[in-house]
Amino acid sequence: MGRDAALNTAVFAALVAVAFGAHVYGAPYVVTLATKAAILALAGVGLNLALGYGGMVSFGHAVFFGIGGYVTGIFASHAAAGTPVTTFPFTIAGSAEMLGIWPMAMVVTALAAVVIGALSLRTTGVYFIMVTLAFAQMVYYFAISWRAYGGEDGLSFYVRNSFPGLNTFAPLQFFAISAVLLAMAMAFSALVTRSRFGLALQAARANRQRVMASGIRPFALQLTAFVLSAAIVGLAGALYADLNRFVSPAMLSWHMSGEIMVFVILGGVGRLAGPVAGAGVFILLEQLLGGVSEYWQALLGLLLLAIVLYAPGGILGLLARGMRRV
Amino acid sequence: MSRLLELEAVTAAYGPVQALFGVGLGVDEAEVVALMGRNGMGKTTTVRTICRMMPATGGRIVFAGVDLLRLPSHRAAQLGIGLVPEGRRTFAPLTVAENLAVAARPGAWDLGRVTALFPRLGERLGQTARTLSGGEQQMLAIARALMTNPRLLILDEATEGLAPSVRHEIWAAIRALKQQGLSILLIDKSLKEISAVADRAVILERGETVWSGAMADVTTQIADRHLGV
Repeated sequence: MGRDAALNTAVFAALVAVAFGAHVYGAPYVVTLATKAAILALAGVGLNLALGYGGMVSFGHAVFFGIGGYVTGIFASHAAAGTPVTTFPFTIAGSAEMLGIWPMAMVVTALAAVVIGALSLRTTGVYFIMVTLAFAQMVYYFAISWRAYGGEDGLSFYVRNSFPGLNTFAPLQFFAISAVLLAMAMAFSALVTRSRFGLALQAARANRQRVMASGIRPFALQLTAFVLSAAIVGLAGALYADLNRFVSPAMLSWHMSGEIMVFVILGGVGRLAGPVAGAGVFILLEQLLGGVSEYWQALLGLLLLAIVLYAPGGILGLLARGMRRV
Repeated sequence: MSRLLELEAVTAAYGPVQALFGVGLGVDEAEVVALMGRNGMGKTTTVRTICRMMPATGGRIVFAGVDLLRLPSHRAAQLGIGLVPEGRRTFAPLTVAENLAVAARPGAWDLGRVTALFPRLGERLGQTARTLSGGEQQMLAIARALMTNPRLLILDEATEGLAPSVRHEIWAAIRALKQQGLSILLIDKSLKEISAVADRAVILERGETVWSGAMADVTTQIADRHLGV
């Protein structure tokens, strides 16, 4: 195992150890926090594919997080009420099955990403940031005014969706589901970035024109990466909705987009386990400092500033440097 | 011998500033053509226009029977134009092997053949491109263009700023490529080395073709008049 692979495994193992340790010591609240970290890390792994490897600074990934959440909420609430989600053009029944909801959430998010990506990838740099943000805000305001599903108040569903053979209400079992999906997304990311597609994507980030001179069309590459990235974030959104049994427009807001970006930058841009470390540290700080002051995010801001200025490789970059010294 | 690339009265502009005023040149199959001229006369602009990295405002560019004028640059590459850009641009964060894998298109040129041409690259496959020396980066840039299995290789200042021993290695590789029957369009400052490898020469002055003919006919007078500083 290479040094990077060892580090990635160690970070993931640390998260799993926290959850199991908390379970053994009878602290289900901490297990739930670890689950939250795993789900947010999953969103970060998704964003990392676009931002870290593709160089696409999307400031609107909350739109995919939120869409994944809303798909879950809508299906679950219809299943509870016993009404169909829609009867036109054909009847789609509600569902309380995670295995049915996840693909639906990912497909809907991917479709949204095709549209958003195709339009925003015509621009680059600060315009790309602004266009992705604008799309996310559009959907955010739509959700606020969507009375049928709670509008501004959001949408609650009282029963967590089910998974065959598991009790999803047991914190450790729901953590296991989230952690396995996180591991799968990390493995998928690793495969993609090492494939010729992934290499070309990274090459396009380094220089678009040179990639074209090699006969590759960067737009197709970047759009594919953007859609894959969005689908992973959509899956995270679905899990997050299930974790809280609640979705609201906040999941779609630009604060959320920013938070997902913070996980990636804090942990290490373009590093496989970067978002895991980033989300973990974020949750830890929120818990430790959130009790001290409601302005804890000011300290997070300082930390972020320090990372960007002095450790552009993020937490994982620091750890990797430490390992090299040993 | 059949014509591979043909430019006729090509004009191009950087925004409002016209850069090419009528470039004509031709490259036959298995021929090496030198594109010459002083600095700022439009050599790199011509190359960029051929590769569709900048639009031509007029004229005709035909490659292997296909009109290039409206094609995007990745299509030009797919048709078989392999560019080694000025300033040896590699994909810095990727390793040597990855740089080559990204560009690879099916054909006779593969990893084995490019590392046979540049054994030094074969020794550094796992190293990231940014850690290579200037000469090695230049070799990588040429190897990457070859991996696309081009029908025409364009070398823009391939030996500029390199140590004499490395230059020597690269010229040897260019001669080997010529012997293998590859068509090459070459820009370089060293008249001596160009003379040894080019079949024909095209001289540009202020964005216009002012002379073209056999390399052997580039006399001292012509060189002094169009190339001297």
